[in-house]
Amino acid sequence: MERNPMRRQLAVMRQSLFDQGYLDEQFVQLEELQDDANPNFVEEVVTLYYRDSARLILNVEQALERKPFDFNKLDGYMHQFKGSSSSIGAKKVKAESTLFREYCKSGNGEGCMRTFQQLKKEYATLRKKLEAYFQLARQAGPMETACHPK
Amino acid sequence: MNSSSGKGSMSTASSSAAWKTGDVVPDKFPAGLRVLVVDDDPTCLMILEKMLRTCLYEVTKCNRAETALCMLRENKNGFDIVISDVHMPDMDGFKLLEHIGLEMDLPVIMMSADDGKHVVMKGVTHGACDYLIKPVRIEALKNIWQHVVRKRRNEWKDFEQSGSVEEGDRQQKQSEDADYSSSANEGNWKSSKKRKDDEDETDERDDTSSLKKPRVVWSVELHQQFVTAVNQLGIDKAVPKKILELMNVPGLTRENVASHLQKYRLYLRRLSGVSQHQGNLNNPFISSQETTFGPLSSLNGLDLQTLAATGQLPAQSLATLQAAGLGRSTAKSGVPLPLVDQRNIFSFENPKLRFGEGQQQHMNNNKQINLLHGIPTTMEPKQLASLHHTAQSIGNINMQVTSHGAQSGQNSSLLMQMAQPQARGPTLDSTVGHAPRLPSSMGQPILSNGIAANVSTRNGIPENIRAPGYNPVSQTSSMLNFPMNHTSELPGNSFPLGSTPGISSLTSRRAFQEEVNSEIKVPSGFMPSYAIFNDLNQHKPQNWELENVGMTFDASQHSNSLQGNLDLTQSVLVQQGFSSRQVNGQSRSAAVVSKAVFSAADGTEHVIAQNVNQHLDSLLVDNTIRVKSERVADASAANLFPDHFGQEDLMSALLKQQEGIAPAENEFAFDGYSMDNIPG
Repeated sequence: MERNPMRRQLAVMRQSLFDQGYLDEQFVQLEELQDDANPNFVEEVVTLYYRDSARLILNVEQALERKPFDFNKLDGYMHQFKGSSSSIGAKKVKAESTLFREYCKSGNGEGCMRTFQQLKKEYATLRKKLEAYFQLARQAGPMETACHPK
Repeated sequence: MNSSSGKGSMSTASSSAAWKTGDVVPDKFPAGLRVLVVDDDPTCLMILEKMLRTCLYEVTKCNRAETALCMLRENKNGFDIVISDVHMPDMDGFKLLEHIGLEMDLPVIMMSADDGKHVVMKGVTHGACDYLIKPVRIEALKNIWQHVVRKRRNEWKDFEQSGSVEEGDRQQKQSEDADYSSSANEGNWKSSKKRKDDEDETDERDDTSSLKKPRVVWSVELHQQFVTAVNQLGIDKAVPKKILELMNVPGLTRENVASHLQKYRLYLRRLSGVSQHQGNLNNPFISSQETTFGPLSSLNGLDLQTLAATGQLPAQSLATLQAAGLGRSTAKSGVPLPLVDQRNIFSFENPKLRFGEGQQQHMNNNKQINLLHGIPTTMEPKQLASLHHTAQSIGNINMQVTSHGAQSGQNSSLLMQMAQPQARGPTLDSTVGHAPRLPSSMGQPILSNGIAANVSTRNGIPENIRAPGYNPVSQTSSMLNFPMNHTSELPGNSFPLGSTPGISSLTSRRAFQEEVNSEIKVPSGFMPSYAIFNDLNQHKPQNWELENVGMTFDASQHSNSLQGNLDLTQSVLVQQGFSSRQVNGQSRSAAVVSKAVFSAADGTEHVIAQNVNQHLDSLLVDNTIRVKSERVADASAANLFPDHFGQEDLMSALLKQQEGIAPAENEFAFDGYSMDNIPG
């Protein structure tokens, strides 16, 4: 087990993210890609994701302000957003986007709006949690030294 | 970050460099595989890049399809495989897939978060070698090298088929087989590759393993030479060895030619929408058509001839078309095609076939025009003469066809095409004797194809004719249609195919005509078959209907750059059981032309059509004249064109008559068909 208390804390935090359904297996894929050449790969990807997806969120916001709803467009935005979210393993966010798309397909404007609010909440929550996680990870020091027994 | 082509993170620079220069270090494969990944999502792109690097591949990433295409074009041999997202803002992923398949013939893997069946199917029909569902896992990327290997192996196989495989190659192939069967057998792979390397050193340089083959850049000129050689030999007889001899290009090897021939065939097949499994150019169509073709009116013959003429359109034009098509966007290739078609259109002088507005609608199928490609280039003049009458009508159809987009009518074009190939062969000379082949047999299938859904009504054949506008394929169908039109109710019957009501300019029609003409020309039987055709129509309406019913055009099917129309025809053709090869083979040039026509129709329809029309007119004139004299001439020559029309002659004729051919010059006397009417 982790000797470093911070490492331990980090591990616990990480595990809870999975247990609570915020992250899924895809996040592990990202972690496995992290190596000496890219020691902060996961954080970089997540940062990129939040930066790029903000644009999509804005698009959806604006589209939801125009009545009647252009469901095709909304679906298109959400399709992109879903792809992005799934690639970093954002499980809850992905689930909300799937639901949103269902409502789009059935032309349910109410459902879309409701789901979108929920989506934004999950999106923001995940961001906060990951930010805390990465911060702790930086403080805890490189994983390798902690993992490899001396 | 678009061109971060760093060496594989783990592998040394030498391995990737070695991969590139051809001195592949066998045991490093698949390390160093050069992957181009295209995705507009930066997050996904970043992740994919990292994953691919981890697999030791050499990655270049790109967030725009246009950029990717540029990169690929600039450096045709710079990549081994492409991975592309489906949904991209600047270009549809499937379109990119088509371009890559045609121009570079690289394996392409599609990706999407969308895992719906129809999307995945679209990937298949567009030629993707794999489809990954996002989020992509690294495990899925680890084995993408298999697609590269598989593709090259198929190219080797093509060598074998064309009889150019040397023993050394065979050995290599066998060793490859053993290794490829187990992707985990890296060890075996290495050893076999080593063995191949040894052999390679002793053998000619070019006989290296497929993976290490140095690629030849097929420039437009080179491709033109290639096409010229192929047309001279005849699609059926074009073997790499002979092509190589004809081309007489120093430094070019048989393997280069063979692999290019393979791609060329695939390209034509794609255009005509025929399944790739039909390698034989000897279309079953032809044979079946022979029997079934009723006596096509002289129109058919004429059409065929024109088609033939047009199809044969100077190798250069075709070559250019093809090169253009192969090397560039289809839009470019569009231009040449119209030329061909137009000639056909004019050649048709079928009063009965006056497809009026109705037909025009059907003409939409640009794709159909492409189908023309399938029309054998060797259209016998005689057929032209016979098709003369039908040509007119068909011509109208053609025009319409071109103008129309993917109409169900496309099917008809398919039919037409089908008819054409058949006609080609045989009996052109017989006005009546042979023609039947095509019309009847062709008509049916074609009709069904093109008409598929719509045709059911009339004889099917008539419908085809109408449909001409539908598909390039319709050309063949147009041929068939011609006869039909006469007999059947065609006139006015807008092609049920789904003709698009607004038939655009004449030019489009003309294009259609050309196609139609060409179609008709092809089947030598056309001429005579016209009559037969009519008979057939009558007898077969039901058949067609049935056939049509059977034809389920899947609009979403693979469309050869035509846009869907071809797909239909493809499916139709396939359904019909016609050998795509035959169609393709015969109408290579036509195909190219039709492709061009399509492109033209799609984009600059009018403009191109006009040009084409003019050219075609001139061609037609030439052809008609020739046709007349050779009406009953020997239909036997498969390549009528070469006999009758030198490619250069055609070309020059075409070019000279840009202004259009005076009707008087047209022996075919396009009744009521005035060149001037071609909208520009």
